[in-house]
Amino acid sequence: MIPGSFSYHRPASVADAVKLLADLGEDARPLAGGHSLVPMMKLRLATPAHLIDLHGIAALKGIRRDGQNLVIGAMTTQHELLASDDVAKAMPILHEAALLIADPQVRYRGTIGGNVANGDPGNDMPALMMTLGASYRLESAGGARDVAAADFYQGAYFTALEPGEILTSVSVPVPAAGHGSAYEKLKRKVGDYATAAAAVVLTMSGGKVATCSIGLTNVHETPLLATDAANAVIGTSLDAATLKRAAAAAEAIMAPAADARGPVEYRKHVGGIMVTRALQRAAAVAK
Amino acid sequence: MAKTHVTMKVNGAEVEGLVEPRTLLVHFIRENLQMTGTHIGCETTHCGACTVDIDGMSVKSCTMFAVQAEGSDITTVEGMANADGTLSALQEGFRMMHGLQCGFCTPGMIVRAHRLLKENPSPSEPEIRMGISGNICRCTGYQNIVKAIQYAAAKINGVEFQEAAE
Repeated sequence: MIPGSFSYHRPASVADAVKLLADLGEDARPLAGGHSLVPMMKLRLATPAHLIDLHGIAALKGIRRDGQNLVIGAMTTQHELLASDDVAKAMPILHEAALLIADPQVRYRGTIGGNVANGDPGNDMPALMMTLGASYRLESAGGARDVAAADFYQGAYFTALEPGEILTSVSVPVPAAGHGSAYEKLKRKVGDYATAAAAVVLTMSGGKVATCSIGLTNVHETPLLATDAANAVIGTSLDAATLKRAAAAAEAIMAPAADARGPVEYRKHVGGIMVTRALQRAAAVAK
Repeated sequence: MAKTHVTMKVNGAEVEGLVEPRTLLVHFIRENLQMTGTHIGCETTHCGACTVDIDGMSVKSCTMFAVQAEGSDITTVEGMANADGTLSALQEGFRMMHGLQCGFCTPGMIVRAHRLLKENPSPSEPEIRMGISGNICRCTGYQNIVKAIQYAAAKINGVEFQEAAE
């Protein structure tokens, strides 16, 4: 499988990259880790005339603390996320989820920017970013803007990214000290996308849930925030009846496709179980 | 499409070539450099047979363009032996523990296990299994591949290898 022909560009700065994107127009695609785009190019499902490789841009790498946020450069790989003590301590759910993405080789190349910007409903980071209340920095020749993860996803592979824009970093608010979190993902094998997955970040107070946020992966054409399910558990001790209500509220907004991972009803059922398990595990680790 | 001149280090030697931008790294290695130890299995980033070590990372060379490897330092299975030509601890482990059946996945397995042991010289069995989870053995000979890596880890750490009881 040989990709179609293209011209290769390797800019050294974001300014050069967005200028190239503006000059070359719709036939140009930015290339991050390449582990979604290159396979698509080999299948000729993507045939960009120009690839703008972002690997030469040092400013897109690295993780830094900025006040109450962790700012993660778009070209930071999953492997680098896993190696970060800041990530493991401040938001262990990010570490946990990165470990469930693909396999070791893919994690050396796959980037957080590519994962969140591609708009693939199977990717894990988008729902996680919505759950954590993250925002994305989008840059173009015309300037920069920030878009909340919750407002970014419009449909499968359709996002708020405008032509000429590159997602340059992800800013994630550090969850409250003592918070509990869990990412539950059912997949058929290593490297598979989720049959269904749920992210939970919550805080407990006096044995009851004080705050809660729930995100869902691969059960709709976009990642979802399960707001009703999260509201259903606030003020409760996550008793059996509450967990059942929360799972039902989450399932009510799911609309997965029937595919090799199972029929619609099965995938929704699994989604409800992922929500239940993630809630229980998050509550168990909350202080 | 105009060809691009690329230079990189492969198994310690400076190499160069002319490639189209669309040339995959694995094709450059196998066809331009005539080093056919690196295998092409699935061509879809799943099987790991094409794994090479690039600047300290295990990479599936079917999912990277040769032009992206400009200036990098690559080790393939041909570069795994000791400097004096004897088998490395990993190669010896695969031989002693019968860590291969048909042998097709073996180059990728050895190159991946090489980086795994560099990052974690004393991996547990689950860590080995997760560490090679991007490599598929279609003979399903995983038991002996895991033993081969355990053998190599023991040898590298200077301790006697003891097979776990069945």
